[in-house]
Amino acid sequence: MTAAIGPAAAHAPGPPLWLLAELTYRCPLHCVFCYNPTDFAHYEDELSTEEWRRVLREGRALGAVQCGFSGGEPLLREDLEVLVATAHELGYYTNLLTSGVGLTATRAAALRSAGLDHIQLSFQDSTRELNDFLSHTRTFELKSRVGDMLKAQGWPMVMNVVIHRMNIEHIDRIIAMAHDLGAEYLELANTQYYSWAATNRAHLLPSTEQLRRAEAITDAWRRKLDGRMKLYFVVPDYHEGKPKKCMNGWGSVFLTITPDGAALPCHTARLLPGLHFPTVREMGLREIWYQSDGFNHYRGTGWMKEPCVSCPDKDRDLGGCRCQAYLLSRDPDVADPVCPKSPHHAVVRRAVTAADAGAVPEQPIVFRDRRNSLRLSAAANDTMQRSSRADSE
Amino acid sequence: MSMDGATLPRLGRGFRLQWEEAQGCHVLLYPEGMVKLNRSAGEILKRCDGSAPLDQIVAQLESAFSTQGLRAEVERFLAMAAAQRWVVLA
Repeated sequence: MTAAIGPAAAHAPGPPLWLLAELTYRCPLHCVFCYNPTDFAHYEDELSTEEWRRVLREGRALGAVQCGFSGGEPLLREDLEVLVATAHELGYYTNLLTSGVGLTATRAAALRSAGLDHIQLSFQDSTRELNDFLSHTRTFELKSRVGDMLKAQGWPMVMNVVIHRMNIEHIDRIIAMAHDLGAEYLELANTQYYSWAATNRAHLLPSTEQLRRAEAITDAWRRKLDGRMKLYFVVPDYHEGKPKKCMNGWGSVFLTITPDGAALPCHTARLLPGLHFPTVREMGLREIWYQSDGFNHYRGTGWMKEPCVSCPDKDRDLGGCRCQAYLLSRDPDVADPVCPKSPHHAVVRRAVTAADAGAVPEQPIVFRDRRNSLRLSAAANDTMQRSSRADSE
Repeated sequence: MSMDGATLPRLGRGFRLQWEEAQGCHVLLYPEGMVKLNRSAGEILKRCDGSAPLDQIVAQLESAFSTQGLRAEVERFLAMAAAQRWVVLA
């Protein structure tokens, strides 16, 4: 009896709690660690305002309570205020994830009156030179202007910095600057190696020693600030050797909609081979969430193979991240290679060893822009065609 | 901070309280998160509007649930909620 209802129970998901609306892949920045797909240039047919409003209604009817607006740069959508107002009226807690580029005092006020609850401001580094290098635009001074606009509207100042090899040595100044800007929360998010960050990994992966120092500096600040600014240090899984329970479980709480309307269990799931993710143009959100193969495929633990199947931690980490498994082993069904039990773990160890040795990357760094997106996706297609020819020969 | 009958509890900045049909309970929403509240927590928090003093909140709860002696429980909950920044005690 238990066996008969066990698997069914494991696969009966609750409602999504998080709806992330990636409004656009357009972005004035060119961050080398961007998690947008490297082939984003092929997805330029953005949902209309009315389509987004329908998505928001369907998500709320499903039970989603948090709504995030991100991108790309969501401020590039002129209907952002309209969408925020719709989400607010529907009863979502509304979050905007932005670099702040394009925010004016007028727009900040309009977003506030539309009911925007929360803004997370990302910034790249505390020194303008490196900031310019990493984002290709002069954005540092803008962050302080934007910070003032946020405070004027009564939003708490919540900042996010992606940490990597090229800025990790600046972590002390990054924290100091966030403190000077009056930030209440600062997330120091070690880069996760997907999409553009995967392409640029050899440039971005810090050494183990750099990470240890950065953590020690962060701890020292925590003691000094004594809770006045909350610091979150997101630990990188390459060095920790601990697979993460990605998205708190595939298709468990998180639902993201891409600019062209594909519904995904995470930002990057579209890179996985063999899965179909319906778009909101072809199917309602309820059917997508509960019935689509894309969402059901990796729910629970039924898809696992060894070493996951017999692992005592399988319910805790759910085998780690499917996208990372695929990126590092070309097989999305294996244990996340960051796990020391993974037969592919050597791939991760080699990357960390190279970072520890300060190896100079062979490839130049690739900035996230449209031209590089087209070039990378053309190269990926070539590789795929070559390997499928090789398979058939 | 210490509480007395005139203490005015209100929701912390950035928090929102609402009844959530899909969860079957009151929830407290905050940036990127949600706390599901049990019945008594929901009943207390929905009265924390910044205008009702603690005495009045306790009296309302005792009347709504036809019981007495809720003061200590309400104070314990509010102290915890203040530590979590869910409420501000003015």
